[in-house]
Amino acid sequence: MGMTVVEKILARASGRASVKAGDVVEPAVDVAMSHENAALVINQFQEVFQGTGVEPVVWAPGKIVIIFDHRVPAESSKTATNQKKIREFCAKQNIAHLHDIRGDEGGICHQILPEYGYVRPGQVVVGTDSHTTSHGALGAFAFGIGATEMAGVWTLGIVFNVEVPGTIKVVVKGEFQRLVGAKDLILHLIGRLTAEGASFKVLEFHGPVIKAMPMSGRLVIANMSVEAGATSGIVPADDVTLRYLQKEAKVRDSIVPVKPDRTAVYDSVVEVNVSDLEPQIACPHTVDNVMPISRVEQKKVQQIVIGSCTNGRLDDLAVAARILKGRKVARGTRLIVFPASARIYRQAMAKGYLAELTAAGAVIMNPGCGCCLGVHQGALGDGEAALATTNRNFKGRMGNPNSEVYLCSPAVAAASAITGTITDPRKGGK
Amino acid sequence: MAKVVYKVKDDVSTDTIYPGRFMATVLPAETPKFAFADDAEFNGRLQRKEIEPGSVIVAGRNFGCGSSREQAASCLRGYGLTILARSFARIFLQNSVNLGLPTITVPDLQAGTGDELELLPDKVVNKATGKDHAVTPLPSARQAIIDAGGLIAYTRKRLLEKAAGKK
Repeated sequence: MGMTVVEKILARASGRASVKAGDVVEPAVDVAMSHENAALVINQFQEVFQGTGVEPVVWAPGKIVIIFDHRVPAESSKTATNQKKIREFCAKQNIAHLHDIRGDEGGICHQILPEYGYVRPGQVVVGTDSHTTSHGALGAFAFGIGATEMAGVWTLGIVFNVEVPGTIKVVVKGEFQRLVGAKDLILHLIGRLTAEGASFKVLEFHGPVIKAMPMSGRLVIANMSVEAGATSGIVPADDVTLRYLQKEAKVRDSIVPVKPDRTAVYDSVVEVNVSDLEPQIACPHTVDNVMPISRVEQKKVQQIVIGSCTNGRLDDLAVAARILKGRKVARGTRLIVFPASARIYRQAMAKGYLAELTAAGAVIMNPGCGCCLGVHQGALGDGEAALATTNRNFKGRMGNPNSEVYLCSPAVAAASAITGTITDPRKGGK
Repeated sequence: MAKVVYKVKDDVSTDTIYPGRFMATVLPAETPKFAFADDAEFNGRLQRKEIEPGSVIVAGRNFGCGSSREQAASCLRGYGLTILARSFARIFLQNSVNLGLPTITVPDLQAGTGDELELLPDKVVNKATGKDHAVTPLPSARQAIIDAGGLIAYTRKRLLEKAAGKK
């Protein structure tokens, strides 16, 4: 019987010739990523060793990557102390891949992992962050786990008792209209599948639209696969993947793509034709509450956010800068921009995007999760609404349960910044 | 007998269970303070210890969707609550198993605040309605972790087995 991508990856990682959905395996981990919640992982890790007489040493320091992004620079003394504790732990355990708060190599974990070539096709990647699904964009099996589970990975290098997930094959055909893209596709798909439609399953993406999609777009659809409940979203590696890894991530060693077998068995097949797809908006307070933009146009918003692990890449900032160049952000609306990494920040600066965005009235923040998770850098006031290119709109997400978050693409966000209301970018002149 | 003390709808996210702005607090001993923090009434009752350990929260589908934050499980465990839902989101369910928060999947669950429930291994009996509701058993792969007393104890056991194997 043929295997899907996730079955092939899990067979390899657990030393078996083949596995099928439902089997229980203990895959070896290739990359173990954490952010500030490494503070909790450290606590749990040390507790595992307590009373054992075994020295607490991580299984493979070179496979652990820690990135500060959730609260950078620290918003409180508590966070600062946690970050300090993590730095000290990394030094002691020889964990060299620590991306600290820096303007040269910092950024959001889900950009740093691909950008620095930590993730390769066919790997098992775990992260203490639900959007670890992002790295399926490079053909890896990447999924979110809790801090205690990560303590187990740090101890033994395996994930215990993983059930091989079934796979939903998503075939995407047609051609995007101008200023419609990956974000609109994934929002539409989440709306169709619902917030738990892919629960405990993997979404495997295929079709000509995916083939032609740059890595920036693939990262968007893999990132948000978890919003349909998926364990992971996987784009089987191809030429785009190899080019990205060689050119952007400067990977020199050989890369072996993992393709599904022709006879692979899927739980179901979902087809999407994007030719007639309008820009999509996820309305409060669930990500699957998705509507075409025509149904929510002219909704007034007080804050617009462009960036995050979903849409803070150079292509996203380019679209926003093109739309906003020579224009002004509407009075009464604030536009906050979070590039996904320090590298992207500097590239956007060199290309003039940041100058164009700030001239229009945008505030450029340092790379990080910022206001997306409601900690700092842009909380909402009572009764306010935000339009954001981020990935979640749950009640209270942006720091205030008495506010609303609408999700959209960078093009919609930029066009809406000019009017201060939700605006279809296809109607603008540019 | 377990009493239903709180009822929530479908798709309750970890942002509701444990709002992101309290995520700098990580230790299981400190997280309960922020359980359902945006519902001041329920949070207050929890903090004032007006809710007895063993009480039940009843939820709809996809309870615990969203972030992988373990605080969402540890904050509820701190009060000794049991969660009954029509379905759970994957990471939350795994975190609950790992930390020892009792979670029971009951696909056709019907219960309201104040109902008394009898929690049996294969079914939940709602004394208020007289109806039985079948329980979906946890995947067997998870049971080993529960049997060991949680993931820390399970990992320790596996670590010691490995250490013994090397000798």
